Amino acid sequence: MGVFGGNAAGVASMSVMVEVDGLSKSFGDFRAVDGISLAVRKGEVLGFLGPNGAGKTTTMRMIAGYLSPTSGTARVCGADVVEDPIGVKRSIGYMPEGSPSYDDMTVAGFLEFIAAIRGVSGTVAQDRVAAVIERLALGDVLRRPIDVLSKGYKRRVGLAQALLHDPPVLILDEPTDGLDPNQKHQVRTLIAEMAAEKAIIISTHILEEVQAVCTRAVVIGQGRLLADGTAVELMKRLPEYNAVSIVLPTAAAQAAANVLRQLPNVAAVFETPLDENRTRLRLTPRNGAVLLEDINKAVRFNAIPATEVFRDGGNLDDAFRLITTGSAVQTHSAHAA
Amino acid sequence: MRQIRIIANRELTAYFATPMAFVFIAIFVALTGAFTFFIGRFFDRNQASLETFFQFLPWLYLLLVPAVAMRLWAEERKSGTIEQLLTLPLTTAQAVIGKFLAAWVFCGIALVSTFPMWLTVNLLGQPDNAVILIGYVGAFLMAGAFLSIGTCMSALTRNQIIAFIAGAVVCFLFTLSGLDMVLGVFRGWAPPALVDAIAAMSFLTRFEALSRGVIELRDLIFFFSLMAFWLFVTTLAVDAKKAG
Repeated sequence: MGVFGGNAAGVASMSVMVEVDGLSKSFGDFRAVDGISLAVRKGEVLGFLGPNGAGKTTTMRMIAGYLSPTSGTARVCGADVVEDPIGVKRSIGYMPEGSPSYDDMTVAGFLEFIAAIRGVSGTVAQDRVAAVIERLALGDVLRRPIDVLSKGYKRRVGLAQALLHDPPVLILDEPTDGLDPNQKHQVRTLIAEMAAEKAIIISTHILEEVQAVCTRAVVIGQGRLLADGTAVELMKRLPEYNAVSIVLPTAAAQAAANVLRQLPNVAAVFETPLDENRTRLRLTPRNGAVLLEDINKAVRFNAIPATEVFRDGGNLDDAFRLITTGSAVQTHSAHAA
Repeated sequence: MRQIRIIANRELTAYFATPMAFVFIAIFVALTGAFTFFIGRFFDRNQASLETFFQFLPWLYLLLVPAVAMRLWAEERKSGTIEQLLTLPLTTAQAVIGKFLAAWVFCGIALVSTFPMWLTVNLLGQPDNAVILIGYVGAFLMAGAFLSIGTCMSALTRNQIIAFIAGAVVCFLFTLSGLDMVLGVFRGWAPPALVDAIAAMSFLTRFEALSRGVIELRDLIFFFSLMAFWLFVTTLAVDAKKAG
């Protein structure tokens, strides 16, 4: 199909692998997902962020064809999930939450079953199974039944299953949930390695994960899409995004605060005593202005005895809280209030 | 067809993954033997036939076949693997039929395991082996009918015990409906057509003919259409949960 599609528009639309269009799901009176639209391109790792019960899993289930949407639809590699669910399922590698797999089967048996049902057969199947076994380091447990495996191994079996047919689209529901830090790192590395070739959607409530692996994140709350952007773009929504902190002897703090408060781009100054002799001043910007340079100059010009000057612009946790609850509980300045 | 075969293969392997399968078959063979030889007074009858064996089979099925069917969908739901299964490239109907076929083959294996019974009658006398063969075919068809009901009950719940009880109760109704005891209740007031319809739904009446070696097209159609109906309802039940 792409043979004649030489124009730029054709190329751009082709790189969109997943297109979600007004997707909604109601369970009785409860609207779990409410009109979500988004697109994921090849090379993107999209993070679904949101509090528990926000609708992340329901959205993923609808894209993967496990739940039927109440309205709206999703298209995966050109196939519509309502009209051609089988076509969609062929293009997706899907790992459900908790990666449930048939406990009574051995790892090898399970992977062979998945290969068969995915229509991968013969030597190709052997190669693919061998490839995912190597990639996920499952060689030691091949002949063991899945129910005796540790959580980390089970998760890797779930990932292996999703990767087996080398799908163009991967949907992984909380791929690192319940893993230890080393295992989390392995899974993130794996996702990063595959990112260039695929469109990947992962859900998580671990914000550091978004910064670690996602090229973009959407925040979902109460079934709605609340924000869509890179981690930095999300953090820019915080009023204190460009805030700067300086640390200085407590004796000089009051005078310094009075001087800095006069700067045109400084909205407010918060004082936080750090220990008996040192105080931190946190300066929040007016209208998101970039403060660091102004502060540096002011510190030098006024000979403020600062021992540290650094950007202290809130983190993704704050941005998440701001977006999902409408108010960021400012952890940094809590003492100053 | 290919997808159905792969699912059926996996399910059948799952049956034999635990010793439960062998325990089940052992119990089945032991019970058929006990019923035939002791309660059915096989030796006192002095006849070289498996009539008594087939006579007790529906009642044994009532207990054992819903137990074979109960895990098919309830377990998938409980362990969450249903999400894995239904996001693989196959239709719900293919999954339903594949699972059902595995259970049916399992019942077939259990039936074949009663072959010592057949050996016994052949050693003691000259039975009509054609009649016995037709009896076994009937027994296999009836197992399919029981299973299709059990599969459907399994698709309605995540609890295997509930699936078992519901399956046994519905199978019980289908079995009983041919008994005079039940028909008598209706005969007093219901139109004859209804009484006939109820009697026609009975496994017992259909199976009795087959076990006596009488093979009739309408009985075969009955069993196959019953299976088709319940499997169709099973597909609807599995899909209904998808719709939320």
